[in-house]
Parts: sequence; C-alpha cells; structure tokens
Amino acid sequence: MRPEIMAEVEGLRGVNSVKIKEASEAGKKVVGMYCVFSPQEIAMAADAITVSLCGTIQAPIEEAEKELPRNLCPLIKSSYGFAITDKCPYFYFSDVLLAETTCDGKKKMYELMSKLKPMHIMNLPQTANAENSLELWKKEMIYFKEFLEKQFGVEITDDKLRAAIKLLNRERKAMKRLHQLNAHKPAPLSGMDMMLAQWLKGFNVDKEAGIELIERLTKEVEERVEKGIYAFDENAPRILLTGCPIGSGSEKVLRILEESGASVVALENCTGYKGLDVLVDEDKDPITALAEKYLSTPCSCMTNNNGRLDLIERLAKEYEVDGIVDLTWQACHTYNIESFTVKNFAKDVLNLPFLQIETDYSDSDVGQIKVRVEAFLEGIK
Amino acid sequence: MYSVGIDVGSVAAKAVVFDGHEIVAKEIIPTGWSPKESGEKLFEMVTSMARVDKNEIKSIVGTGYGRVALSFIDRKVTEITCHGKGAHFIDSNIRTVIDIGGQDSKVIKLDEKGNIIDFLMNDKCAAGTGRFLQVMAHALEIDVSELSQIGEGATPETISSMCTVFAESEVISLMASGASKEGIAAGLLQSVCSKTYTLVSKVGVQNKVFFSGGVSKNYLLREFLSKKLGVEVFSSELSQYLGAIGAAVIGYRD
Ligand code: SF4
Ligand code: SF4
Repeated sequence: MRPEIMAEVEGLRGVNSVKIKEASEAGKKVVGMYCVFSPQEIAMAADAITVSLCGTIQAPIEEAEKELPRNLCPLIKSSYGFAITDKCPYFYFSDVLLAETTCDGKKKMYELMSKLKPMHIMNLPQTANAENSLELWKKEMIYFKEFLEKQFGVEITDDKLRAAIKLLNRERKAMKRLHQLNAHKPAPLSGMDMMLAQWLKGFNVDKEAGIELIERLTKEVEERVEKGIYAFDENAPRILLTGCPIGSGSEKVLRILEESGASVVALENCTGYKGLDVLVDEDKDPITALAEKYLSTPCSCMTNNNGRLDLIERLAKEYEVDGIVDLTWQACHTYNIESFTVKNFAKDVLNLPFLQIETDYSDSDVGQIKVRVEAFLEGIK
Repeated sequence: MYSVGIDVGSVAAKAVVFDGHEIVAKEIIPTGWSPKESGEKLFEMVTSMARVDKNEIKSIVGTGYGRVALSFIDRKVTEITCHGKGAHFIDSNIRTVIDIGGQDSKVIKLDEKGNIIDFLMNDKCAAGTGRFLQVMAHALEIDVSELSQIGEGATPETISSMCTVFAESEVISLMASGASKEGIAAGLLQSVCSKTYTLVSKVGVQNKVFFSGGVSKNYLLREFLSKKLGVEVFSSELSQYLGAIGAAVIGYRD
C-alpha cells in the first residue's frame, strides 16, 4: 500500500500544466531548464517560473531521430523531440531556455534547439577543482543574470536572490528529509514513489504549495513508520541506484528492480539526491554562494568526478545498502566510462555487489534486463 | 528423495533428475514454439526415465528464458545462478563459466562455494551467440555442427563486422571473391572467440575455466578460446545440461 498523498503528488503534472498556462497568460515569465547545474534561484529572482524540461519519455524520440543521430542518448533525443513537436506544455510556455555545456551530446543538440526559442548557454567548466573554475562559473552566473534582466526587463537584486535561495533551500531540505526516511530498515517508501515525488517537483509552479505537499507526504510516511507499515518486507535487498537521470517514462530499470523484489532505497542520480545534498550558503554573497553550490554537483561531465564516489559511499553507509546498480543511457559516454571506476570502487572499497545496466527508453530489452537484475538479486540473498 | 531441474532455453529445453548425489536421468528436446509444452513433456520424460514417483520429488526448479511459462514448478531461478551452481556441482574448482547459448552469451565468476561474484551478459545484439553461428553456417550452406570440422587447420579469414546482419553479407562477399569455406568457418569461430574474450576480460579470468551452453560443443572454438585466454578451457558432455543441473541442485539443497 502506498501513502495516500502520493495520489496528490502524481496529480501534480496535470495540475501544473494548467497552472503554467494560466500563469503565462497572466504575464508571468517562464524559464525552461535542462539540468541540475541550472541555477534556478536566479530565474526566480527575476520573478520567473522555472520548469525542468529533461525528456524522460520514449514517444517524441521518433520525431527527434529525423534530425538527430539514432545512436544518441535517449534523454537528449526525447528532450529535443518534445521541443520540435510542441507536445510538452512546459516547453511551449517557456519564454526562454537555459542550457549548459555539459556532455557533448547535449551541447550540440542545444545548437539546434536554440533556433526554436531564445536560449542562454552557460559555459560550465570541465573540472570543479581547478583554480579558475569557480571564478569562471561565477562569471557565468552573472551573465545569466544579465541575460534575464535584459530579456524580461527586470532588475535582479541581491535581496531577491537571497529570498530565492532561502526558498529553494527549504525545498531541498524538505526533499532531503523525505529521501532520508528510506534510511530506515525496512524502507517505508518505494523507490518508484521517491522518484515520482522528486521528479514532479521539477514541474512545480507554486513552490510554497509544493514544499507543503512534500512535508505532508513526509509526515504521512513518518506515521506509517511508527505503525510499522513499510513499502517492502525486511528481507528485500536494499539497492542504491546511481548513474543517468530518470523520470516518469524512463523508470524502466527502477521498476524492474522493484518488481524483482528489491527495495530501491537511495537514488543517487541527479534526479534524486545529488542536487539536494549541498545547500546554498545563505550568509555569503549570493552569486558566489550559488556558483559554489552548483559547481559542487558530482556529475560525470566533470573531470575528475571523485565527488560522486564520496557521495555513493556516504549514501551506501547511511542507507545500509546491499548492492549498487549503475544505470547508463545508451551512448552516454561520460556515465558509461565512469561506470568502470564506480564498479571498482563498489567492489574494492565498499565491498558491495555492483551491476551496470546500459539501455534506452524502449521496452525491447525488458526480458534481458530482468534476467540480469534477478540474477544480481539472487547473488545478494 | 529427488529434485528436478528444467532449463527451457530459446533453442533447446533440458531437464535432469537429481538424487542428492548424482544425476540419475537427463533429457534434451527442441524448445519448439511452446516453452510450456516442451517443459511439461520433458518433465514427464525424465521422471519416467528415472522411474521416480511424483511424491518422491521434493522440488522442481525452472530456469532459462522459458521458466516463466512453466506453471507446475516450485521455484524459478535465473539461468545465471543455475549455471554457477551447475558448474560447481560438476567440478568445485571451476571459477569462470563461459556460457554461450542460442540467444545470449554470458560469463560468470564464481567463488569457492559456487556463489556468483560477478557476471556479464551480452546486450540485445546477437554477435557472438549461437544464433550468430547459425546464421553464418546457413550462409556457408553447412550445418552449424560442421563448423569445427571444416575450419580445423585452415587459415582464418578476417571477419570484421560485429553485427550479425553485416557479417552475413561479409561472408557472402568473401565466398564470391573465392575465399575457402574452411577459411571462412575458422574466421567465424575466431570472431566469436574475440567477442567472448572481451566479455571474459571485463569480468576477469580465473582458473579453472569451463565452457557451457549449446555452442560449447564446438571444439575448435574451445581450442581458440584456450589459446586466446592462455588457460585451458574445459567442457564436458554435461555442458548443455549445466543450467538444469544447477536448478536441480538448488532445488535439492535449499
Ligand atoms: S547527468 Fe549531469 S549533465 Fe545530465 S542532467 Fe544530470 S547533472 Fe546535468
Ligand atoms: S545521460 Fe549522459 S549523454 Fe544523456 S544527457 Fe545526461 S550526461 Fe548527456
């Protein structure tokens, strides 16, 4: 049995697509974003609404493949497909798009997408640790701020930035608390519900209402823990899922894991815990604080990306996991290559069973993946 | 008491009866169009061969892609775990299992108790599987079982395509340009060998290495693999039954 409030959470997508239409018609500006590196706070300080546009559905891929290579990550193809088919209300109502130079696939796809709508591109440094990285990223924050000021004819003051930082930190804390409930053994929330709750927050038009909803969900789950109601029984192997982003429509591997009897307790990926881990420093100069926070994202686009291993280690211990599953979207070089490092780390340092799955959004390999997942879980028991 | 292990693969279905010490009956039939029917038929066949009564059977375990279709079994276990247990039963010194079946190839690494430490399985693609060899043998107009015989001693032609569809046209143009059947046959086995080698290397070879699955009947390929891996690759007449044996062992013991 799932928490009752999950129905409300799931309804968000529909509710929000209406809300965004109303807001846009009432003159509110909308900034569409693609990645966890996007500093939402700056857009909010411009009094705009932010929405996540990452494509997580198979349907628009066919259209995208008319212009993009077939052998490309499904996330990029899906995002682009949504953009050119006008099937995504969030893309439709976006006044401007924010893109970052993350992986090569996204970077080049954005060049095509920029013909559709005004787009601003932030130049992300390749490494977070170099001496000039933070300076560079700080400048990029300022350029983005200036871009929005010009586009929307507003002034983004430090006070507004501070208010946005506070609000989003509250949202992060609320999500983090929800996530951490699954450190409990057995886990009270399924990985599927956790993913949905996190993914849907990306469409939230009304941030305050969103935080309140997550808090209510957390409360309900806490009450269930007290009553001893859990998502899975205590023998279910506890899995940490890491790797490429997932969302509704691209939850295949997560679903197979849980259908095969695993309890996915921690989602390390950027649509899960990754972006929540570090808060923005509320006492510092806002631009510096934002640059620091976003630059600390342990994404495989960075070289090196040792922060990911640290985060995996921390989560593996806090959530007492029994195994690690690394999801790689087909043709995602950064995560695919990094998987070798993660595998060795899992085996040699954490002493945990590890499984990598490389796939796309289609259902053609579900049977294959099931065999691998079941064998992996048999090995854990 | 007895246990029965049934492995319904994409090409062949295999079953064994185990009495706790030995395999007392085994049988193999083509899977055909209905994995359910062939599984049921096989069960009747092996139990009557072993002359065991239904109430002497403590457990029936199914494995292989067709395991989900079997309604009369007590438990389903994946072919990966079963191959590991089966190999351990045959020889407890086995640490690496290379299994090449009709649709997939896998490499399994075992500990001294026969538990799986690691495994890798091919993805959607058919390169390096029994299916690949079957398509190629068809292009050469020979039976897949003849590949070893024909290729033995020949200088292998280079087959560079990984993809089954492209490799097939490569074979056809090699034939058109006058290359010998022998050389092509050897080349095809080399290509499966190198594909398998990559898979094995990713998991890491550990002696003793055992080769199972339908394709293991191909002795020339086994020879190529031994050479490439630098260790002897073993096989046995029970190779094709490895999954079924593992299933029966699991059913008997836990
Ligand atoms: S994986 Fe990295 S590049 Fe891709 S969306 Fe997440 S943070 Fe951005
Ligand atoms: S999954 Fe990989 S290839 Fe796809 S957008 Fe993210 S980083 Fe790029």
